[in-house]
Amino acid sequence: MRFGDLSLQVVAGAAAAGTTILVGLIVWKVVDGALPSIRHYGLKFVWTNAWIPVTGHELYGAASFLFGTAVTSLIALALAAPLSLGIAIYLTELAPNFLRGPVTALIETLAAVPSVVIGLWGILVLGPVLRTDVEPKLHSAFGFIPLFGEPSSTGSSMFTAIIVLTFMILPIVSSITRELFLGVPHDQKEGALALGSTHWEMVHGVMFPYARGGIAAALILGLGRALGEAIAVTQVIGGVTGSSGIQWNLFATGDTLASKIAASYQGATTNLQISSLIYLGLILLVFSLFVNFLAQVIVRRVARKQGFGAARV
Amino acid sequence: MSAHGITRAGLQAVNLPRRRVVNRVMQALSTLAAAIAVAALVIIVYAVAKRGAGALDLNLLTKDPANSFSFGPAVKEGLANAFVGSLILVGLATAMTLPIGLLVAIYLVEYAKPSIRAGVTLVLDVLNGVPAIVIGIFVYGLIVVGSGQSGWAGAFALACLMLPLLARSTMEVLLLVPSSLREASLGLGIPRWRTILSIVLPQTLGGVVTGTVLAVARVAGETAPLLFTSSLVGTKTSWDPFHALQSVPVAIFELSEQPDPAAHERAWAAALVLLLFILFSSLTARWFATRSRRKLTAAR
Repeated sequence: MRFGDLSLQVVAGAAAAGTTILVGLIVWKVVDGALPSIRHYGLKFVWTNAWIPVTGHELYGAASFLFGTAVTSLIALALAAPLSLGIAIYLTELAPNFLRGPVTALIETLAAVPSVVIGLWGILVLGPVLRTDVEPKLHSAFGFIPLFGEPSSTGSSMFTAIIVLTFMILPIVSSITRELFLGVPHDQKEGALALGSTHWEMVHGVMFPYARGGIAAALILGLGRALGEAIAVTQVIGGVTGSSGIQWNLFATGDTLASKIAASYQGATTNLQISSLIYLGLILLVFSLFVNFLAQVIVRRVARKQGFGAARV
Repeated sequence: MSAHGITRAGLQAVNLPRRRVVNRVMQALSTLAAAIAVAALVIIVYAVAKRGAGALDLNLLTKDPANSFSFGPAVKEGLANAFVGSLILVGLATAMTLPIGLLVAIYLVEYAKPSIRAGVTLVLDVLNGVPAIVIGIFVYGLIVVGSGQSGWAGAFALACLMLPLLARSTMEVLLLVPSSLREASLGLGIPRWRTILSIVLPQTLGGVVTGTVLAVARVAGETAPLLFTSSLVGTKTSWDPFHALQSVPVAIFELSEQPDPAAHERAWAAALVLLLFILFSSLTARWFATRSRRKLTAAR
């Protein structure tokens, strides 16, 4: 083999191998940083509901942050899922031709807005509006459900975080779903319509089943995004105050794994506290690796089956 | 799989008015969903534009803040340190990522066996899904614990986020280059490495530029990876990446956490500049991408 050929192949191969090593290095370094806390608390850390950074009485646990992460990202996903499906149906089936391009571009632009800017808007504009106009109404209408308790006092709440997260995962889920819908074969759609289905029955009976696997993957990717979002959530969620961080009231302040880490970047002093924060990061990393791996495997299976371009996702 | 819906539709044929109403309602809800998403973008951009424009002046770009935690409304102070810092951080990150991203894509498209290509592509996609804050923790453990915060550490964290974006977008354009071009070149006796570097790669220039601009637009707004790696800074503009550098997103984040309305004003103004940069560059890149993709597909 020529020298030039060999060197390009070796250098390029090294870069590809390096990328794989990088992922391993990320896992190793995060585990390494969390090690003191892992040694100290073991797995008990995961379900301990405490974050007490008082010297001599230090006690750390992830329970309240796991709770905050689960509540905010799952509810945001539940809100974003029907909206994203609606957007994808609108863009592929309903929108007049001259609107399709621009509306698609606008919704994808929403994904380009930096999270710190969405968070700035969330805390200074959205939060106050939710506090004065939305939360009291929800509370008086659905107050018997513990989720809709006393309105927040500052505008910072898990509810604000949920709305912000919903806007952040909308563009991801809807753009993947749109591409899946574009891939539904025309003869199947036309067949359903020719048999007398209404438009909605065609969407429901042909497009949904065809795209089912891909939609699942899109939703999982959206969930991964919501789990890991640190900055915008930190800005609007308010943080856990007091000893018990687990509150069912959505209008109360809270913390997620990511927001706790981001909020504590300057305050952590003791080694145990720092490594407990990294332990939170490790839990987050495990979740996001699992979620993304699952979604990518589904995407690849769907792509193989239907010839849908995996490269686009 | 489609039979289910259609059979049921057939059985319900008698109830046509109801089916038409359901159809109308679903169409209306879908349109509403699209309207909500567009409205969200418009409302956010409008809020940033309205509040940011009022506070925007040249001092924002040219003057340093007098004090990192408060802004006197009378004193016109800026965030020059943050803009300079962002420029250096993103510039270094791009310089680190660009060659490596290109090489990874070249290896995967031109050399790798299908199984290796599939495996490493999966790794890239999973890396792309690792939360930015975790990348921050990783670089904290890798660099900051040993040698403290620095511009290099921040740039490396941003580079980790850029790498999968760049490699993936370059792969996509490489795959679009017609194989007849490679065959023609190899047939003329040009060695493979020269074929790849001087015949195939130049064809992808447009796509690579687009991918780079999109990746830059993405990381220019990233805050989380910088919190642990390049955030403990003074108020003076610094060009030295061996020390921690301020950046625009971190500055906005810190200002938004202040109770002081004057700080919020600065945050809005900085957010406007950041947003304009990101929207302008990503829209231009997208426009450019559609154009160069059309050219490549036409060539095939």
